[in-house]
Amino acid sequence: MPLLELDNISKTFPGVCALDGISFDVHSGEVHALLGENGAGKSTLVKVMTGVYARDSDKSNEGEKSTIKFCGQELSVLELASPANVQKLGISTVYQEVNLLPSLSVAQNIFLGREPKKFGLIDWKTVRKNSQILLQRFNLNIDVTRPLADFSVAVQQLIAIARSVDMSAKLLILDEPTASLDTKEVETLFRILSQLKSEGLGIVFITHFLDQVYEISDRITVLRNGRKVGCFKTSDLPRTTLIQHMLGKELQELAQREKPDPLKQGVEDLRDAHLRLKNVSVGSTLTNINLDVPHGQAVGFAGLLGSGRTEVCETIFAITPHQSGTMVYNGKVCKFKNPGQAIAASIALCPENRKSEGIIGELSVRENIILATQVREGWWRSIRKHKQQSLSKQAIQEFGIVTPDAEKPINQLSGGNQQKVVLARWLATQPKLLMLDEPTRGIDIGAHVEITKLIKKVCAEGMTVLVTSSEIEELVAFSDQIVVMREGKQVAELSGNDISEANILAEITNA
Amino acid sequence: MHNTSPETEIRAEKSEARLPIFPRRLLWPLVALSLLFLVNLLISPEFFHLEVKDGRLYGSLIDVLNRSVPVAFLTIGMSLIIATGGIDLSVGAVMAIAGAVCANLMVGGVDNLFIVVGGGLCAGLVAGAVNGGLVGYFKIQPIVATLVFMVAGRGIAQLINGGQIVTFQNANFAFIGVGSAFGLPFPVVLLVGVLLCVHLLMRKTALGLFIEAVGCNPKASYYLGINVAVIKFFVYCLAGVLAAMAGIVATADIQGADANNIGLWLELDAILAVVIGGASLLGGRFSLAASIVGVLIIQALSTTIILSGIEPKFNLLIKASVVILVLLLQSERFQTQIKTLFAMCDPRDRHNVGRELDGL
Amino acid sequence: MAFRTFNILPNKRYMPLVVTTALFFLLFGIGSIQFEGFGSTRVIANLLTDNAFLMVTAIGMTFVILAGGIDLSVGAVIALTGVICSVLIQHYHWHPLLVFPVVVLLGLIFGAAMGVLIHYYKLQPFIVTLAGMFLARGLATTISEESIAINHKFYSRIAEFGVNLPGNAWVGASTIFVLILLGLAILVAHYTRFGGSIYALGDDAQSAELMGVPIAKTTIGVYAMSSGLAAIAGIVFSFYTFSGYSLAAIGVELDAIAAVVIGGTLLSGGVGYVFGTMIGVMIMGLIQTYISFDGTLNSWWTKIVIGVLLLLFIGLQKFLGSEVLFKRSPS
Repeated sequence: MPLLELDNISKTFPGVCALDGISFDVHSGEVHALLGENGAGKSTLVKVMTGVYARDSDKSNEGEKSTIKFCGQELSVLELASPANVQKLGISTVYQEVNLLPSLSVAQNIFLGREPKKFGLIDWKTVRKNSQILLQRFNLNIDVTRPLADFSVAVQQLIAIARSVDMSAKLLILDEPTASLDTKEVETLFRILSQLKSEGLGIVFITHFLDQVYEISDRITVLRNGRKVGCFKTSDLPRTTLIQHMLGKELQELAQREKPDPLKQGVEDLRDAHLRLKNVSVGSTLTNINLDVPHGQAVGFAGLLGSGRTEVCETIFAITPHQSGTMVYNGKVCKFKNPGQAIAASIALCPENRKSEGIIGELSVRENIILATQVREGWWRSIRKHKQQSLSKQAIQEFGIVTPDAEKPINQLSGGNQQKVVLARWLATQPKLLMLDEPTRGIDIGAHVEITKLIKKVCAEGMTVLVTSSEIEELVAFSDQIVVMREGKQVAELSGNDISEANILAEITNA
Repeated sequence: MHNTSPETEIRAEKSEARLPIFPRRLLWPLVALSLLFLVNLLISPEFFHLEVKDGRLYGSLIDVLNRSVPVAFLTIGMSLIIATGGIDLSVGAVMAIAGAVCANLMVGGVDNLFIVVGGGLCAGLVAGAVNGGLVGYFKIQPIVATLVFMVAGRGIAQLINGGQIVTFQNANFAFIGVGSAFGLPFPVVLLVGVLLCVHLLMRKTALGLFIEAVGCNPKASYYLGINVAVIKFFVYCLAGVLAAMAGIVATADIQGADANNIGLWLELDAILAVVIGGASLLGGRFSLAASIVGVLIIQALSTTIILSGIEPKFNLLIKASVVILVLLLQSERFQTQIKTLFAMCDPRDRHNVGRELDGL
Repeated sequence: MAFRTFNILPNKRYMPLVVTTALFFLLFGIGSIQFEGFGSTRVIANLLTDNAFLMVTAIGMTFVILAGGIDLSVGAVIALTGVICSVLIQHYHWHPLLVFPVVVLLGLIFGAAMGVLIHYYKLQPFIVTLAGMFLARGLATTISEESIAINHKFYSRIAEFGVNLPGNAWVGASTIFVLILLGLAILVAHYTRFGGSIYALGDDAQSAELMGVPIAKTTIGVYAMSSGLAAIAGIVFSFYTFSGYSLAAIGVELDAIAAVVIGGTLLSGGVGYVFGTMIGVMIMGLIQTYISFDGTLNSWWTKIVIGVLLLLFIGLQKFLGSEVLFKRSPS
């Protein structure tokens, strides 16, 4: 009997179907890895399991029932109503970002809500002693009375894991727990996990480090675009197959690479480079990035989540300005201080996180479309109303944005249409360099195809384009040059006939 | 998700002709104001009585307008600040400072009206710049940053006044508070003019759009290249100047600068007016018109209470009830609960009720 | 291995507290050197007596602010409590000992109602407690517009009770009561799960929820506690003035907030100490005492100095906070 069993779980957010009929189970004494690219639905699934999100209620007319069973018992809506209730059942979770309280002491964080008491008052001596003992299991020898924020992210992550390990009676869920840990710390963590496993705990493990998956997990479930691809025994699943499952093969029609334009091929003279990065580094997130992008080329950035794809775009756009190295743009050394300066230099960025960085939710489609152009024009010269309307009308038609009218608040549109608006917004500024960070993430297939077509179109029109994507076929389809990233470094550059799915996959996997 | 059905296309065509001139937001505050007027119509029709004396209109309606002026000035600034997701607690105190500056300039022998008024406005600008600097550049929570001036401001005003109520004789300056123009009290005319200017500044330039963008999603605004800090700095400065204007009108009205009482607690009324006008304190869309209607509701409420013969001691109690009701009406959960309640009363809809209750 | 602490300085969390306390002694020292009779137990005892009700209010405010909220209604609740007390005692001839639990209970219900609006209806604390302020003030005015003097044997007996201290100082019942209350508040803040929940809620509401902190209970509890303490402050205030008046204690909420900030509590929540608030109240009292000793300075200087102090402490917290922030996301 599975420890936790989810059946036919769906979760829809306005405009996006994040989970579509997912089934998933964990047994006692096993480590079950949950894999998928960004936006595949892993974190959403975890949040449904832990009571942060309520799953969609059953559609009575379809006759399908969704259930969540724990220890064989079906959980009621009430039991899943809050994280506190789920914790009481014996399920504890470490979330992707450290979800502890930075100003509270380490000991307080570990024992919050379950402090041992003496005469009705919290017994701090025991709290401190027990937290010290607990952390020693993780080879952490720190002053537990200090506020959590005094410690590095890695230590914070270990503390979060320690809290969960100490609390979890039956099931432990770890969402990207190793992102900030070094090799030794990961070793310690795995030692403890194996120990817990032998004690009969069920463990759900989410990560994008495939090595770790093969090292610790017994089974693997792969999600893609909110759907379950399958559940596999780790020992039966070759790594390449796994990556293919994760990255998907849906866009077969785009997989054929178009013949490179012969005119474009000739101008690879470096003096003519539109954008050049030389040894650009940002803290520990990017190290020594070198890049030469001639005018009108399309460069694709491949790599798994957290490999530094996004950071390259954000550095060029001056959201996190580079700390060392030089950036040459249009033949001039540039050091932009903020995105405003980058935009003034005709650079545009469609950010990865559409909701928090892209759209301005309450504003209308029209306003979202004209905003970037307006910022370039300055605050004083407002774009005339009728010009705004014709601009937005044109964009709606050209990009096939499905909206009843241009005055609709953008947060009422579907994800794909929101993405089209963001694209339209930047193209309206007539940029010279367009950066698209995961332009097709988390949107439905139909919009996906349309956006890919649009990207191909702007490439064909001679704009310099940088694209990051988890969809390798997409990159293969229109890139003149591919940069493969891993752990903040560029590990390979492919161009010309070397660009193929197989080669890129090989470079990504080849750890 | 991907169907361009004929229906949507038709709707799209229809709405093309419609410009967003009449914000939907204005609807409920206007309904509330009309209800108030209706109550007056029933209990005290003299509320609507207007008469012309010495080329100026008199009557309760004019009274409501005239008394609303100081709060209305504050509310214009407050609307913009709240739209950026901020709040300004100091405007009442800034009124006192501006009044004190003007009064002391006049007592000190300055006759030039421009210098006097300019001095007052400058004082407001300085206070606004301090607030805006703290909020925009030092990224201090607005409520804390403006608390400083709220506490210290009246002290500064008293310092300027030397602890006295400074009275003055200056017919020109007094005109700002008690004069009349175009058959209306001058403060009302001044307010309409300023309101129009600010409205044009917001809607004829892109400033209003930028303010709303910053309030809705500061991060995305930054990614769009909007200078978030400058926008915030600007709205606090503008609010400071408008507060000074309110202070000048109030000072001119009583022909004296009373540092203790001018504008006392008016910042709260201004915030309330903006909220009654339907704005969220979290920032986002703003409508100056709706906020002004909010001011009129507050003022008309007080006048109605007086006219209806209810003892004035109930004034605050009624105001509190109205505010709580308005707040609840804006809460999504309350709206759902009310809908469910209505649905339960409606036999046709009974089978839907269970589902909605589950959702609560 | 993973011994990665960055900090060698004394615990930074106590810095605002240390600065506040040092400031108090500095001011007291300056006053003592400058004026004869300033550096006496009597001045300290008077500080406590005169500010007893503010202290009680500020303790409640500290909890609300620690939880990331704000309560503007406390001054009005003090007035309302005073009016209800005086009406029940003078007009209905209830015994004060019966009246007190009733008004405190009313206060708790009032605060809990605001907490419900804030938590379940997702309304802003600022605007809800503002409405609460109007409501409480309105109720007080409705009950009685006049000031009602309290004339009861119990009141005069309690008011006479006190302990003599060396240096011609006298500590009254209210001071002793406040000090006991302060001790209790510190216990609640640091030795109960409710206290832990309050800090957690103010530090990061989302994380706190994920960690299983009962958000609803904590939010409602903290506003109930604030109004309850404001009601107690109203009782203490009635012992100070021997009357109940609907226009009493106007602006006390601002003094309380200022005391909390000067006491080193972050207005964004999660960081601060009840003890610091006490020092904050004492500093504000001390400034007033200093100005009255001086005689040439006018009372408005109090406000300006408090404003400057506020600015100073906001700056200090910003400075300390930026370091915390930097450590939260080292990249």
